[in-house]
Amino acid sequence: MTEQATGAHHPQPRPRSGGQSTPVEHVTGAQSLIRSLEEVGADTVFGIPGGTILPAYDPLMDSTKVRHVLVRHEQGAGHAATGYAQATGKVGVCMATSGPGATNLVTPIADAHMDSVPLVAITGQVASKAIGTDAFQEADIVGITMPITKHSFLVTKAEDIPRAIAQAFHIASTGRPGPVLVDIPKDILQARTTFSWPPVMDLPGYRPVTKPHAKQIREAAKLITAAKRPVLYVGGGVLKAHATTELKVLAELTGAPVTTTLMALGAFPDSHPLHLGMPGMHGSVAAVTGLQKADLIIALGARFDDRVTGKLDSFAPHAKIVHADIDPAEIGKNRAADVPIVGDAREVLADLIQAVQKEHSEGSQGDYTAWWKDLNRWRESYPLGYDQPDDGSLSPQQVIERIGQLAPEDTIFTAGVGQHQMWAAHFIQYEKPATWLNSGGAGTMGYAVPAAMGAKAGAPAQTVWAVDGDGCFQMTNQELTTCALNNIPIKVAIINNGALGMVRQWQTLFYNQRYSNTVLHSGPDADGKQPSAGTRVPDFVKLSEAMGCYAIRCESPADLDKVIEEANSINDRPVVVDFIVHEDAMVWPMVAAGTSNDTIMAARDVRPDFGDNEDD
Amino acid sequence: MSKHTLSVLVENTPGILARIAALFSRRGFNIDSLAVGVTEHPEISRITIVVTVVEELPLEQVTKQLNKLVNVLKIVELEPASAVQRELVLVKVRADNETRSQIVEIVQLFRAKTVDVSPEAVTIEATGSTDKLSAMLKMLEPFGIKELVQSGTIAIGRGSRSITDRSLRALDRSA
Repeated sequence: MTEQATGAHHPQPRPRSGGQSTPVEHVTGAQSLIRSLEEVGADTVFGIPGGTILPAYDPLMDSTKVRHVLVRHEQGAGHAATGYAQATGKVGVCMATSGPGATNLVTPIADAHMDSVPLVAITGQVASKAIGTDAFQEADIVGITMPITKHSFLVTKAEDIPRAIAQAFHIASTGRPGPVLVDIPKDILQARTTFSWPPVMDLPGYRPVTKPHAKQIREAAKLITAAKRPVLYVGGGVLKAHATTELKVLAELTGAPVTTTLMALGAFPDSHPLHLGMPGMHGSVAAVTGLQKADLIIALGARFDDRVTGKLDSFAPHAKIVHADIDPAEIGKNRAADVPIVGDAREVLADLIQAVQKEHSEGSQGDYTAWWKDLNRWRESYPLGYDQPDDGSLSPQQVIERIGQLAPEDTIFTAGVGQHQMWAAHFIQYEKPATWLNSGGAGTMGYAVPAAMGAKAGAPAQTVWAVDGDGCFQMTNQELTTCALNNIPIKVAIINNGALGMVRQWQTLFYNQRYSNTVLHSGPDADGKQPSAGTRVPDFVKLSEAMGCYAIRCESPADLDKVIEEANSINDRPVVVDFIVHEDAMVWPMVAAGTSNDTIMAARDVRPDFGDNEDD
Repeated sequence: MSKHTLSVLVENTPGILARIAALFSRRGFNIDSLAVGVTEHPEISRITIVVTVVEELPLEQVTKQLNKLVNVLKIVELEPASAVQRELVLVKVRADNETRSQIVEIVQLFRAKTVDVSPEAVTIEATGSTDKLSAMLKMLEPFGIKELVQSGTIAIGRGSRSITDRSLRALDRSA
């Protein structure tokens, strides 16, 4: 018999002060909910009221501890909560009513699930008796979100509210973080009940393993010192575990190169000499090739996603794999691990450092000199770069690069999904954790503006720049109104190429330049020869001004720095800059979807020379 | 391809069956049979799942994902050699005065039971392993099977050990 016991564990929510239980209060379910949010330490909730959640909004109005930010669309509430969570390291909270309010949260919940972001979504539900009758604004949101939540609760008794909230926050923020949904029927919010804190947690089937196995750690350390061509493959788990200090120590101790995934940018300083850049479909040549040619990959809080590995069976063919993750299901899911380590990245790294030090003291130390010669050659021959457009128009890469260079210290950057996201990953230097927020796994267009709003609400002292595409911007820009009205002065750079740029790039490369439905601003002049003959509909400057923002347009490289500095100088309201950029710019390097990472192209028609035969 | 029998101990909470069934389908597995019931401890239900596994999609991934469900307490794979596996069938067979005695003979051979008799049919109850029951059905088929209903497989490990022991202790501590 093979047994896999998840075992017993009875975690307690930490009381906020003292360790004493609060006296019993006689309250409504709604008051119990708001008291629970206060006790669990939620200081900001993004949401919109509606019929079934209405009872909760009444005590919420009186709470001095919980700030509610009234958004314009529930999707904005969800992404704001995840932006808040990633910027602060705390659990993000969003709230919506039943039916369409709840279903509008589905995309941000899915997004949080893919990127392991701690999120608690609280939804109103129709009254208990009406459940299952297709009542007005009824949706089975627990059922709908089952595949995209870490866990969910349908509260059936008012007395269960504190426990549901405490457990939701505990589950969302521990182990591999993720979204938890709490669905509360209206009559439960209205019912009389008692409140005391902390509630008894009852989660016998939930016990994440955080402490790594000592034997596996020793095995990993032996492989690291024995390897000739190791690479540290760092994923978002290292940021989630707050393990960046330990990562730096291990990297410098071993001298092994580091590659940080899209989800891990900022986990290791971009400027560090051991850093190879980002791996994957649009990774740097040095990072992609480093992994391909490695004899040992130490994966830390990463999950061998298809966007990193390319064609899986040709990924890193000569590498042994040490795979450390807090989620046992990730280990061996895509790539078999030679040394599997289940544990929290911080504890794994701390133990690995000791084990490697022990190896060193016993005279066993890795010699990666020859490896670094190769890596440095690739790094120097194929750095990230871009060409300036011939026609004097703005280069999108340059715009993003200058925003990064001119940004105040500790600026948080968010991005949507597409070309601008990859350029923001390439051309902004990330030196610190929690300064880069994006939608990695789900690839949710429209993430940037609401996530920036959430980040700014959680970290008001830091500048927050949303680098957005004009396609993404048109999905969620309504939250600029929320920002303007709630003193959340974010900055938005619209990288406006008039097209769904990344899709257009694929059409350029793989669909014979047939630009089907990717030109966003086409007007009456558009024809086969000039498919993107543009209009300025919508006018983003006017649109942003209408929403209470300060808005500027920038069309010339000569104005670039001046405009960015102006944007940086305004902090009393949101700022939107409409950068009109060249539409034919492409993201390079690139590994075409479904192909081997060996086929990486440094630029169009430029395959790096690895010293191997061109024909193989 | 191979068949595997999983015993899954779960907290007896609403929606848990949906969570488990949905997990199998979204990870690309087909459930061959499923049986659910409470255990000797009313707070714990036991779900027995028989699943066909193909080489490209190892069972390990789905058991690891199952373990992540908060209400799942324990998963045990029961090997055929060290477990007793049973399913139940009720089958209505066409029978007249000529064939009835032959049918009853088959019933006795398979240590099954006749639970209902009418002039045109007999209804048979049989328990056993999948192999035994399909052998019996093969014998009955020539007479004409009018209706057939089968339960999911349930299974229990041989010997004195109980897979609920530790999970029970866990729950007791919380009481």
